[in-house]
Amino acid sequence: MPLLEVKDLKVHYPIRGGILGRTQGYVKAVDGVTFSIESGETLGLVGESGSGKSTTGKAIIGLARITSGHILFDGEDITKYVGKNHSPYRRGVQMIFQDAYSSLNPKKRVLDIIAEPLRNFEKFSAKEEKKKVDELLDIVGMSPETSIKYPFEFSGGQRQRIGIARAMALKPRLIIADEPVSALDLSVQAQVLNFMKDIQDQFKLSYLFVSHDLGVVEHMCSNISIMHKGRFVEKGKKENIYNNPQHIYTKRLIAAIPDIDPSKREKMQIFRDKVAEEYKEKYKDYYTSDNRVYDLKKISDNHYVALP
Amino acid sequence: MKKELLRISNLVTSFRINGQYYAAVDNVSINVNENEVFAIVGESGCGKSALALSIMNLHNKAYTKVEGNVYFNNQDLLSLSVNELNKIRGKDIGMIFQDPLTALNPLMKVGAQIEESLGYHTPLSKEEKKKRALELLEGVGIQSPSLTYDQFPHELSGGMRQRAMIAIALACKPSLVIADEPTTALDVTIQAQILDLLKKLQKEMKSGIILITHDLGVVAEMADRVAVMYAGQVVETADVHEIFNNPMHPYTRSLLASVPNSSASSSDNSRLHVIQGMVPSLVKMKREGCRFSTRTPWIEAKYHEENPTYHEVSPGHIVLCSCYKNFHFNKGKGM
Repeated sequence: MPLLEVKDLKVHYPIRGGILGRTQGYVKAVDGVTFSIESGETLGLVGESGSGKSTTGKAIIGLARITSGHILFDGEDITKYVGKNHSPYRRGVQMIFQDAYSSLNPKKRVLDIIAEPLRNFEKFSAKEEKKKVDELLDIVGMSPETSIKYPFEFSGGQRQRIGIARAMALKPRLIIADEPVSALDLSVQAQVLNFMKDIQDQFKLSYLFVSHDLGVVEHMCSNISIMHKGRFVEKGKKENIYNNPQHIYTKRLIAAIPDIDPSKREKMQIFRDKVAEEYKEKYKDYYTSDNRVYDLKKISDNHYVALP
Repeated sequence: MKKELLRISNLVTSFRINGQYYAAVDNVSINVNENEVFAIVGESGCGKSALALSIMNLHNKAYTKVEGNVYFNNQDLLSLSVNELNKIRGKDIGMIFQDPLTALNPLMKVGAQIEESLGYHTPLSKEEKKKRALELLEGVGIQSPSLTYDQFPHELSGGMRQRAMIAIALACKPSLVIADEPTTALDVTIQAQILDLLKKLQKEMKSGIILITHDLGVVAEMADRVAVMYAGQVVETADVHEIFNNPMHPYTRSLLASVPNSSASSSDNSRLHVIQGMVPSLVKMKREGCRFSTRTPWIEAKYHEENPTYHEVSPGHIVLCSCYKNFHFNKGKGM
C-alpha cells in the first residue's frame, strides 16, 4: 500500500472582476493530477515556473485549498483533515521550504523554532524539550550551542538544515521539499542533498521533491513526474524519462539542460535546435485545441505519457 | 595570436567593514581577448561580482577602495573621471545584470530605455534611434518589436525582460560585454534560449564577453576560457576543455565533484562530494598561505606554499599554489 495517494487533485483559483467582484473564470493551477508515493521513496516533481508543481505540494500539506480530488494517507482518505491543525495527518507530513531566510522567524531562537511543532503536539517539560531539540540538532550535524542563537547568525546551508530539523521534529513519514537547494551554492547543495539522503535511509522517510533542476532531481529521485500547465505530461522511472522521453515538452526540458562536457557543445546545439523545431511543429499533436495537456497513457510499465 | 581587449592587473577591491578595509578581490590579474567568452566561476562570496563591478568602477566610493589597473583600449579605466567613464560605459563596454526587473527602469518604456543609451553615445536622429531600437529588439528575438517598444518592463515576462536588457547592453555595439549571472533567474528552457542568443550575437559582433556565473553547466556551454575564483583570488585559469577534463587546483576538482550529474554519479546511492567547512566570510578570511588549505585538512602543510605563486602547468593553464601536485580526495569523509 502506498504511503500517499493523490487522486485527481485540482486546485483552481477564481479570477474575480467587475464592480461586484463576481468570479469570471479560474486559474487552473493544478488541474487533475494523480500519483502515489511509496514508503521510503522519493518522487520528483519537475516543471518550469508556473507549472503548478509548488501548488501541488502546498495542496497536499494544506497550504493551498483543494478544489476537488482526494488524498489518501496510509490508505485512509484524509482530504477533509488536510487544512486542519492538530490532526494526526499534520504530524505525518512536514515541509521544507525553498527560502530558509524567510521561512525561519527572525525573532525566534533556534530552540523555539525547532520546538514549535513539539509544543503543538507533545507535552514536554522544558528539560525534555531541550533534550529533544539537541537530538534534532545532532541529526542535522549542528552543535547544541546553536539552540540559543538566532537565524541571522547562520549561513544559507546551516539555515536550511535548521529548517530540516524543524521538519524532522515530529518524526514525519513524508516530507514535502519545495526547491530545498535552489538557493544554495554548489558545495552547500551537495551537503544538504547528501544529508537528506542520509536521514531518508535512517528514518525510512518519503520525499516529494519539487524542483526545476533536472540534475538535482536525477540525483535524488527514483520516479519523476513532469508537470506543465497544471497537469502531468509524463511520469515514470527516471531512466525512462531521461533516456527515452516521449512527450515533446519533456524532450524540450531535457534538451535545455546545459551539458557539463564542453566537447559536446556543438552536438547539444544541433540537438536543441532540432527539438525546438519539433516543439513548434508538433505542438498541436500534444495539446488539445483549448491548450490542455491530454490524459496520461501507459506506454510501458513505469512509463506514462500524456498523448491523445 | 588574439588581440587583447582587456587586461586587469593586480586588482584589489576592498570593502570597509567597521572602519577597516577587507579585500573581496585580492590581487587578481586576468586578460580577456577579442572574440572570446571568458567565464569567471565561483561560489557566492568569492568576489566574482565585486570584480565585475570594479571593471566599470561602479562601486560606491564611500566604502569601497579599488586599487590596481584595468587596461581597456590602452587606457586605465580606474584612473578616468566619472565623465570620461560614462563615455565608455554602455558604448564600448555593455553590462547585463542578473535581475532585469531591478536593473530596468520601471517607469520608462523599453524602447525609451534603449534609445537613452543611443542618445547618449551616438548622433542619431529621433527616427534613426527608433529604427535602431526596433532592429535591436528584433535581433534579440522578441516576437513583435513594435509592441514591446511601447511596453513597460513589468508587462514583459522574465525571459523577455532579459532580452530587452541584452538589447540595451548591445545597443552601441560594445567591444566588451560583462554579463553578471545573465540566466540565473530564468527557467532552463528560457536559459537555453538566452545563452544561444548571446552566443549568436557574440559571433556576429566579434566582441569579448566576460561571463560571470556559478553554474558550471553554463560555463561548459558558453566559455572559451575559464577563471575559477575562491576567496577573492583566481585559483586556476585555463581553456574550457582543460578545466573540465583536466582540473588541477583542489578547489576546482572539489567543485566539479560536487555537481549532481548523471555521468559523474551513475549509481543510485552515490553520494555527492562535499567540500568540508564553509566559504570563509570576508572578515574572517585567511589571508596568508593557501586559502583553500583549511578545507582540505588531510593535505599536509608541507605541500602548500607559504606565499602561493602561479604555476603554468601547460600553455595557458595556470594554477595557484603547488598543493595541486599532492592533492587527493579524502575517501569516505563527507559532511
